[in-house]
Amino acid sequence: MTSLVSVVFEPGFFTSEPVRVAAMIGGGAAIVSGVLGVFTVIRGQSFAGHALADVSSAGGAAAFLFGINPLLGFLIMGVTAACGMELVRVHRARERDLVTGVVTGAGLGLAALFLYWDVTSTSTTGAAVTVMFGSMFAIPASTIPLALVVGFGALLAIALLFRPLLLSTVAPELAAVRGVPVRLVSLSYLIVLALAVALAAITVGAILATALLIGPAAIALRVTKRPGTAILLAAVIGVAATLGGILIAYDSYVWMSGHGWPVSFCIVTFIFLAYIVAGAPGRRQVRAAGRIDPRRVQRTW
Amino acid sequence: MFSSFMINTWIAATIIAAVAGVVSFFVVIRGSAFAAHALPLGTFPGAAAASVLGINPLIGLLVFSGLGVIGISQLGRGGRHEIATALSFVMLLGLGALFLSMTTEYFQTVYSLLFGEVLGVSNSELVPVIMISVVSVALTAMLFRQLLLSSVSPELGEARGIPARRMELLFLSILALATAVALPVVGALLVFSLMVGPASAARSLTNRPSHAMLLSAGLSVMTVWISIALSFASDWPIGFFVGGLSATAYGAGRSVTWARGAR
Repeated sequence: MTSLVSVVFEPGFFTSEPVRVAAMIGGGAAIVSGVLGVFTVIRGQSFAGHALADVSSAGGAAAFLFGINPLLGFLIMGVTAACGMELVRVHRARERDLVTGVVTGAGLGLAALFLYWDVTSTSTTGAAVTVMFGSMFAIPASTIPLALVVGFGALLAIALLFRPLLLSTVAPELAAVRGVPVRLVSLSYLIVLALAVALAAITVGAILATALLIGPAAIALRVTKRPGTAILLAAVIGVAATLGGILIAYDSYVWMSGHGWPVSFCIVTFIFLAYIVAGAPGRRQVRAAGRIDPRRVQRTW
Repeated sequence: MFSSFMINTWIAATIIAAVAGVVSFFVVIRGSAFAAHALPLGTFPGAAAASVLGINPLIGLLVFSGLGVIGISQLGRGGRHEIATALSFVMLLGLGALFLSMTTEYFQTVYSLLFGEVLGVSNSELVPVIMISVVSVALTAMLFRQLLLSSVSPELGEARGIPARRMELLFLSILALATAVALPVVGALLVFSLMVGPASAARSLTNRPSHAMLLSAGLSVMTVWISIALSFASDWPIGFFVGGLSATAYGAGRSVTWARGAR
């Protein structure tokens, strides 16, 4: 029995400080991303979520340059981008995607420049990898308080916004008729999304933050159509994938004799496989996924 | 800047930019910005895989862009399109993180693949670039009318016997080819800028499809030329200039439309 445990949890897993920090921040990021992800998937804003992560990577890169906490860098740039996206709001979906794309490109260009300066002026060569792919086991423990504040702040904001946000997500016209300030709700949602994405970006990296945001939510919405259940399920799936990924990455150092697999790779693989498996049962169920009956929401409203 | 080892670079960059400009016309019409963003990201692990296996990077890039196309079109069958796109590219990128951790020159490789690098291009590298570019432009030209009809109105296309799903697959394949050749020069994150900025600027300047396509190719070539020159002079990453100039082109195009509307 003991030997089985030590095969699954290689020695030192529970006592390692980097693992504990990674599990705390990664788990927290997964919960917040899972909750926000359900709204993002229903609203059809996967690209916007990904764009926020990409643009905030410029902040992450700048943080290395100025020597501030990377999470703070991601946050500042992400929230700025969220406000900008709501400001140049375009109604036609195609045009909206183009604007999102152009802004993302400019943001990434900025990230490229900051990363270049990181290398030339402060000789932190690993910055590009850390910002883009994350390095979970290298997160300093001093990030935990800020991460907790951001995480709880985001969850609290979602709890307050829950009903108006859900209604304006599922049936925007109905929400407007009922006197919900749709634009204000939408702006608040984007800002909270930026918080979630910043947390995800320091764990799995800016370009993989989308995995934590969209993956668990898409899986949950394949399984259930009830928004509340989907949110809980998405948070659970996200945490399970993150902790599982951390465990496998840690163990792989021993299995592969010192040449472990990146944590981000392990987490993304778990999420991807779960999505495939969740889609297997039947096509009809899958087609309906992500579409929520407005009447049900109206009743709960 | 125009020394002998840079001549091939200029030729390659010009061809790549022109192809990107042509293909991106359809990216804009179809509103496929997310696919155009996801494909390069899913393609870039190909270069890392090739360097682990010690094969030609272009082969790795082509294989992974193919995987990206399969992922987007197969996963998209059952579920929603944007989710299929998002999950395909994060999975391929995750593989990229794995391959990159196996290569020896980790950090430099990541940086130049993501953000591009103005490199000396040898004659033997130039040939496949030209061949693939010719193929993708030829495909676009052959399919122009069908693709245009199917993009503007999928229903009308279906009624005329043009299957929308096959058009989607063909379009993604052309996009994948253009992506694979452009990626080493401009970088994975900013191939996409080239695929969105110039074409959307062109579309706001003219309504005629053929004019818009030529204009888009022209703007794209200009963007890349200026970017290479500035990058060469300042030593800053080329991606920064491509991203900034594409956004400027788009902004300029939009203001012209706006000014016309106001008049």
